[in-house]
Amino acid sequence: MKEKIFINARIIDPSQKMDEKGSLILDKNGKVKAIGKNVKKSDAESSAEIFDIKGNVLIPGIVDMKAFVGEPGYEYKENFRTLSQAALAGGVTSIVTMPNTKPIIDNVSMVDFIIRRGRDKATVNLFPCASITKQTEGKLMTEFGLLSLRGIVGFSDVNKTVQNTELMARIMDYASDIGVLIMQHAEDYELSKNSCINDGEIATRLGLEGVSQIAEKIIIERDLSLLSEYPCRYHINQISSKKSLEVIKKNKSNGKKFSVGVSINNLSLNENDIGEFKTFLKLSPPLRLEEDRLSLVQGIRENLIDVIVSDHIPEDEESKRLPFSQAATGAIGIETLLPLALEMHHNESLPLNKIIETLTINPAKILQINKGTLAKGSDGDICVLDLDAPWVVEAEKLKSKSKNTAIEGRKLQGKILMTFLNGELVFNR
Amino acid sequence: MAVRKKTSAIKNPPEHLLGIQNLSVQEAKQILKEAKEFISLNRSSSKKLDLLRGKTQINLFFEPSTRTQSSFDLAGKRLGADVMTMNMSNSALKKGETLIDTAMTLNAMHPDLIVIRHQDSGAPNLLSQKVNCAVINAGDGRREHPTQALLDALTIINRKGKIEGLKIAICGDILHSRVARSNIYLMNMLGAEVNVIAPKTLMPKSIERLGSKPFTNMKKGLDGCDIVMMLRLQNERMQGSFLPSKREYYEFFGLTPEKLKYANKDALIMHPGPMNRGVEIDTKLADDINVSLVKEQVELGVAVRMACLKIYCK
Repeated sequence: MKEKIFINARIIDPSQKMDEKGSLILDKNGKVKAIGKNVKKSDAESSAEIFDIKGNVLIPGIVDMKAFVGEPGYEYKENFRTLSQAALAGGVTSIVTMPNTKPIIDNVSMVDFIIRRGRDKATVNLFPCASITKQTEGKLMTEFGLLSLRGIVGFSDVNKTVQNTELMARIMDYASDIGVLIMQHAEDYELSKNSCINDGEIATRLGLEGVSQIAEKIIIERDLSLLSEYPCRYHINQISSKKSLEVIKKNKSNGKKFSVGVSINNLSLNENDIGEFKTFLKLSPPLRLEEDRLSLVQGIRENLIDVIVSDHIPEDEESKRLPFSQAATGAIGIETLLPLALEMHHNESLPLNKIIETLTINPAKILQINKGTLAKGSDGDICVLDLDAPWVVEAEKLKSKSKNTAIEGRKLQGKILMTFLNGELVFNR
Repeated sequence: MAVRKKTSAIKNPPEHLLGIQNLSVQEAKQILKEAKEFISLNRSSSKKLDLLRGKTQINLFFEPSTRTQSSFDLAGKRLGADVMTMNMSNSALKKGETLIDTAMTLNAMHPDLIVIRHQDSGAPNLLSQKVNCAVINAGDGRREHPTQALLDALTIINRKGKIEGLKIAICGDILHSRVARSNIYLMNMLGAEVNVIAPKTLMPKSIERLGSKPFTNMKKGLDGCDIVMMLRLQNERMQGSFLPSKREYYEFFGLTPEKLKYANKDALIMHPGPMNRGVEIDTKLADDINVSLVKEQVELGVAVRMACLKIYCK
């Protein structure tokens, strides 16, 4: 591989607190050789390939902490190849994949399969998760230690919650000793039975069973109480409400160590967007009030929320073309993650650096992976974007195998121009 | 009886009757006006018209129903349509066929009207997107039951002469009731004031945003009311999961002659049926023809459904 030099770039790398006009050089192994305003063309070898970024923005490749790939078992919804294409078109170079495949990734042989298959078919960095409990049934814990040795970065029952408090205590106790990351979906099942949207006016109007904010809050409160006794690496996958945020604020200001994620959907949509039974907006946790959405944005600003995820859930048309309560839950979003997040920059609700931080170095730190940064010596995972270019989301043009986007027709600003993976140009608009 | 051949006076009538929420005041009034004309026809000895001759009406009932199903059945037949009633609670759907597939199958038979009752809120909306004929909602989940609200309105108008300015109380399981929701919308549109009365566990969130005042007390809620609509309380909901017991519910929310006194002197009682006598309503009160409109509701239900079929059939 030739050396590469990127010139005339606005480099934003929150891991180095960098936001400056400058250049970046990748060495022959695709690693960052030099970065910043002081880098000159002459620092690169004369044979280096030159990329003139023309004043556009250059950031570390995005780390998406929550995405579903259909392999194995749901290849008709998404496979490694289509997920990779969608990710790279969205500037995402590292994906944490969820274990709720068929079969579920809860044992060593499944991990070996997924890593081998991913290596052969995927063109992004994959970081697989395994389930916390066997079959995600919430009854028996999986082999945290063995699974970690095979390359699992975290444990999650995805859209399921460990309901049994005694088991959760043991999971956290055991995890605290061996240092694995536990990623919880916060939902009390008794309080959310049969429900599919926020418990409020829209639920009343549409005649649907609502899930109250308490269902989320009560699990967060429980787990954070347990965390005082068993200080493991604990992460809340996605929060959706103001009330949860209040609990998080109280605990973080008491110095408790844990991390929190939010889906881009909950940051950019509210329950009114569901309209008359738009099943593509049936999500978990559900879309809530505008007031909740605003508080989540504020939560990012106050460092209460660490990570924005796509919560990419591809679903085929058949599982969405059903009465709302029967329809599948989730929306695709990996390709639109960054452009949709940039909305909060354009409408001045969040600083650009903060947005990039929640998409790059923050998830990398939580996962303890060497990604999300362009510090000298890092992997050459890079996303180049035109911050202001306008475009309209059209499901048919998205690269995912499934087309269930929650933001069809939305006017966005910010286009990914190029994506590099380990120094190789893998996406070019 | 003279019935105009022109089927509708509404300009660009909506294609489907999915809910009161989608109706304009004019459209609602038009249905009521047309329905009024059918009342006397239904009371005469020769009840058959040929307004819908050659038209096919399919009643698609995914949930068991007695009065709504028979009412639609009769309404279609009296207008001369060919009516087919399909009881879907033990049909193809159990074999895994989706609602959409069922809709496509029926659509291929060229019906002019599909009347649907479904346990899932929003099912008629979904159906209406996939068929070429008019869809009439005969009750979906806990969302809407538009023809029930319309027949309730017609019954009130028939007795009280108007709806505007009246105060109407709806009591009982508001949370699970599509009848309550449709009535809140319609009575508001027609100028009435609506109170809803229920124990807190059966009161939906933000119900005041739909146009009603919530009460948890019969005395306060019935104060000054002209109409008292009682709702059915399902058995499984009164055995500890939503309420402590039947008798506790009856004590505080059952309509008795004593509690009726909180309302206006000439207040009338309604119930969409089927009734739980001695649970939500005193049995004598339910049968008292001076105050109970229950039988009239059923009677006028046929007239309202005839009007709906006539207007929505193309």
